[in-house]
Amino acid sequence: MASTRALARLATRRTAVVRPAVSSFSRGLASVTDTHAREPVSKVAEKIVPDRAAEVVPESKTSTVREPTPGKDAKIKTFHIYRWNPDEPSAKPRMQTYTLDLNKTGPMMLDALIRIKNEVDPTLTFRRSCREGICGSCAMNIDGVNTLACLCRIPTDTSKESRIYPLPHMYVVKDLVPDMTLFYKQYRSIKPYLQRETPAPDGREYRQSKADRKKLDGLYECILCACCSTSCPSYWWNQEEYLGPAVLLQSYRWIADSRDEKKAERQDALNNSMSLYRCHTIMNCSRTCPKGLNPGLAIAEIKKSMAFA
Amino acid sequence: MASQRVFQVGLRRAGVPMFSRMQPAGRIAQRRFAATQHVEESEGQEILRKQRLQRPVSPHLSIYRPQITWYGSALNRVTGIMLSGSLYLFGIAYLAAPAMGWHLETPSMVAAVAAWPVFAKVGAKVALAFPFFYHSLNGLRHLSWDLGLGFKNTTVMRTGWAVVATSVVAGLYYTFLG
Repeated sequence: MASTRALARLATRRTAVVRPAVSSFSRGLASVTDTHAREPVSKVAEKIVPDRAAEVVPESKTSTVREPTPGKDAKIKTFHIYRWNPDEPSAKPRMQTYTLDLNKTGPMMLDALIRIKNEVDPTLTFRRSCREGICGSCAMNIDGVNTLACLCRIPTDTSKESRIYPLPHMYVVKDLVPDMTLFYKQYRSIKPYLQRETPAPDGREYRQSKADRKKLDGLYECILCACCSTSCPSYWWNQEEYLGPAVLLQSYRWIADSRDEKKAERQDALNNSMSLYRCHTIMNCSRTCPKGLNPGLAIAEIKKSMAFA
Repeated sequence: MASQRVFQVGLRRAGVPMFSRMQPAGRIAQRRFAATQHVEESEGQEILRKQRLQRPVSPHLSIYRPQITWYGSALNRVTGIMLSGSLYLFGIAYLAAPAMGWHLETPSMVAAVAAWPVFAKVGAKVALAFPFFYHSLNGLRHLSWDLGLGFKNTTVMRTGWAVVATSVVAGLYYTFLG
């Protein structure tokens, strides 16, 4: 069954190579139906039919915005930042260079971004809120690794240039702001709330032993910043069907909860070739988690609970 | 509502003229009353829909930092394809050999390989030995992961590099000594 499905998928993929570029506009929402444009095979197709928006203009071909008021012993650090403006949709994304004096900038990457926005270039767009790693808004790819800008120190070595991109393989709304619609939809799909029919024995609250409560440590701390999901190559290629590490960690948080009574249904919803089993234990997720959690382990625990149940 | 606010801001400024004059220019520039225009819900959806069609996909493979985690995983897949691919190719060729008049039985293969130059022999052995050891040893990591063991970040990195190192050593051993 699975093999016929795989063959069917292969057959439809082959048609993607000859697909004209225009048909990629058939997608209604930013999220779902465009199942072919993201796979490695269709990357070849994109090379044949080049998508102008996909390429990035390197920083060598864009202007440099310099530190407005360099001090005496200025420690000038260079930042290359991904820019794309929806008001000029036909223009390619580009890498814009900014230089900042680190003596006048706070210690974190988010401080640098805020300083650029306040003092140099108000058009730079990014999400931020709590500036202390609890809201997950400022998730982005900094120097090649996904993390929260507010928790990421600016490397003080000024000879090294920093590069900031939005979260990888996401649709870009503007500059460093990715479209998270699909991610939140996937989160919604795992029913992230307590499902229970039987009332509490004392009629007041659902109690839990200390041991059962301990099982949720390392799971409930997740802030859904999507750093892990967007670091996962499997999620890059199969975003529409594979749930990704962040959502699966949340799923396990409810599977592991002793108070929840829909464990079997939750497992059943994951029991297909795509939702869960596109995880190939690549482990980029755990490596990149800015909160130090281990989504890879959570996914392994789901797989184990389903194999030995 | 908005006009009320403008009035309040004006009053506040008038109330403390000295302070407002001392504010740095950046602070005042922050207070901006953006020009907005009302758009119907359906029209807004249409604007959003058009914008979504234009959005680029952010860069991924080319910008993510090379790490043993995902490079090791990619190598595992590539070596798996090399091994199973060559097995299938040889198996099918072996089945077809009698019909096609090929000689793929062991003695004639041994004789053919013996006639190869040294670099071709060494190259063929490396090309089979390294994928074999890497894929087999990495398979052990996957078995332990299936049991839920070895998921700490440091453990993943160490075992990953250990597999690379041992497969290089074992591959060289089988190429030149075994």
